[in-house]
Amino acid sequence: MSVLIFVDHADGHIKKSSLEALCYGAKVAELTGTSAVAILLGTVTEDLASLGKYGVKKVHQVNNEQLNHLDAQVYTKIIGETVASINATVVVFSNNVTGKAVAPRLSARLKAGLVAGAIALPDTSNGFTVKKTVFSGKAFANISLGTDIKIISVNPNSYPVTSGEGTAEVVALNVPVDAPKIKVSATTKSSGQVPLTEAEIVVSGGRGLKGPENWGMIEELAKLLGAATACSRPVADAHWRPHNEHVGQTGIAIAPNLYIAIGISGAIQHLAGVNRSKIIVVINKDPEAPFFKAADYGIVGDAFEVVPKIIEAVKKLKGVA
Amino acid sequence: MKILVCISKTPDTTAKIAFTNNNTKFATDGVQWIINPYDEWYALVRAIELKEKDPSTTIHLVTVGLADADAIIRKALALGGDEAIRINADSHDSYYIAAQIAEVAKQGGYDLIFTGKETIDYNGSSIGGMIAELLDMPYISLATKFELNGVTAMVTREIEGGEETDEVNLPVVVSCQKGVAEQRIPNMKGIMGARTKPLKVNEPAAIESLTTVASFELPPAKAGVKLVPADNPAELVRLLHEEAKAF
Ligand SMILES: Cc1cc2nc3c(=O)[nH]c(=O)nc-3n(C[C@H](O)[C@H](O)[C@H](O)COP(=O)(O)OP(=O)(O)OC[C@H]3O[C@@H](n4cnc5c(N)ncnc54)[C@H](O)[C@@H]3O)c2cc1C
Ligand SMILES: Nc1ncnc2c1ncn2[C@@H]1O[C@H](COP(=O)(O)O)[C@@H](O)[C@H]1O
Repeated sequence: MSVLIFVDHADGHIKKSSLEALCYGAKVAELTGTSAVAILLGTVTEDLASLGKYGVKKVHQVNNEQLNHLDAQVYTKIIGETVASINATVVVFSNNVTGKAVAPRLSARLKAGLVAGAIALPDTSNGFTVKKTVFSGKAFANISLGTDIKIISVNPNSYPVTSGEGTAEVVALNVPVDAPKIKVSATTKSSGQVPLTEAEIVVSGGRGLKGPENWGMIEELAKLLGAATACSRPVADAHWRPHNEHVGQTGIAIAPNLYIAIGISGAIQHLAGVNRSKIIVVINKDPEAPFFKAADYGIVGDAFEVVPKIIEAVKKLKGVA
Repeated sequence: MKILVCISKTPDTTAKIAFTNNNTKFATDGVQWIINPYDEWYALVRAIELKEKDPSTTIHLVTVGLADADAIIRKALALGGDEAIRINADSHDSYYIAAQIAEVAKQGGYDLIFTGKETIDYNGSSIGGMIAELLDMPYISLATKFELNGVTAMVTREIEGGEETDEVNLPVVVSCQKGVAEQRIPNMKGIMGARTKPLKVNEPAAIESLTTVASFELPPAKAGVKLVPADNPAELVRLLHEEAKAF
């Protein structure tokens, strides 16, 4: 018996959300008295033996560059066969873009119950239940899995990455790789930016910023803090910002350590995407803005006066001129 | 060309979230139900646009739900689509729902199956992938753009920090989100026409559920906001650094 953790990568690097999944999976193995094994499809620059420091004993790698592009159908078959060959009883994914494509397929293939969006370790005191977010972050559900094989997709930023000592044994998996049905024809990435779902800090702007020309200070603050930028839906709808920055119920759901909302009123649909942030800071000129009810810290004031002063103070703190 | 669009019924985005029966059931009293926004605004509208370009296209809508989902499916038909199939079952198990839809899809021989990115109540983001696996079709999730060129689909999808464009031959299952289409309002003609469009009710196939909801909980309430005067933003930075240890 073992816990199998799927390790996802992009541009030759293992994603941070996968390190979270590794640590989560290692802990599940410890709690259930089994061992943690990782599987990586494709090639990365990192030394896979070093993944041992996150608690996995073995890393299976299918060293085939075709697999550097996602085809969920091809991935699922390989993972499914690996689950059977190593007798895995729990499979852990990050609930990131790849996990959302592959974990459900694997669930259907293996008839294994899936909890997508887990935010805590399983409770095994009475069966096997896993807590996940529901109602777009407005509530949680404890989902019971009664199937022999259980699949858990862990929400990014909900389990800490900790590392210790240890090296993993790296095993090259020699399995047939089906020809992909999906051909990648283009990839565009906003360079140098922190991906929104992986960011520890997010600086976000709303309609209160009046127009796209005023985003300079948002970007400057984000850059100083190593943060990603986000926006409310009307801002994306008006094309002030790209739609992949839109957070909320109909946008991206995020759970950073720090969310700074500037000129955003805090409508329930906006909160639904950001209410799992650990610390929320609201800057709004209207003391009655609903966002203040969900905030930890706030300033009632004009963003155009307040934000430059925040930038100044952060620069001082970080010792940048 | 035959398109199947998966439609689910969800509480209105402003619905109060509360639970009954010892926190095992969602309290539906006074809740307004809507078409899941991703299904309506993106999946369905894109299917309608494809039909507008190629009128020989047939669009079927499918929902797994009890009779109380009929109002939702009629509303979807008012936007567009030729007929609807309701599978008469109530479930929140993604696999159960996906397997029911896969049964319908096997009968229908669809070239394209659209789902929304996720339901805004159970947030599984799972059903499209499960349907694809059950039908042995490719799956592209979190699409932000969908174009057809004969039997080849060009699908742009979200990746961390950017987008990727994939080329795939039909049949394919695609989960849709913002970018794929623009929200539409049904017109009078559509609303009148929807009344006479066929809405078939199928009894569910025998399918096992893989998960059950043991209980729900609400997040703990926030302690309250700590306000910093507007003339002293440096104090906010100090608090975030020293007290909250946020950076
Ligand atoms: C079905 C549905 C789904 C939705 N999904 C989403 C979603 O996913 N995400 C989302 O964000 N919204 C969503 N919305 C829209 C949501 O209801 C709100 O309309 C939206 O979030 C408001 O955006 P905003 O706060 O930027 O703008 P507004 O509500 O216009 O707020 C602007 C705020 O800026 C403040 N302000 C103005 N000037 C200044 C200044 N100089 N300095 C400081 N503050 C200032 C104002 O006091 C105000 O509070 C959805 C709506 C519906 C119906
Ligand atoms: N009961 C249902 N009936 C039909 N389609 C559904 C149902 N539930 C979910 N779907 C579809 O599957 C998508 C993803 O749902 P989920 O995996 O539950 O987040 C939704 O956007 C719908 O398109």
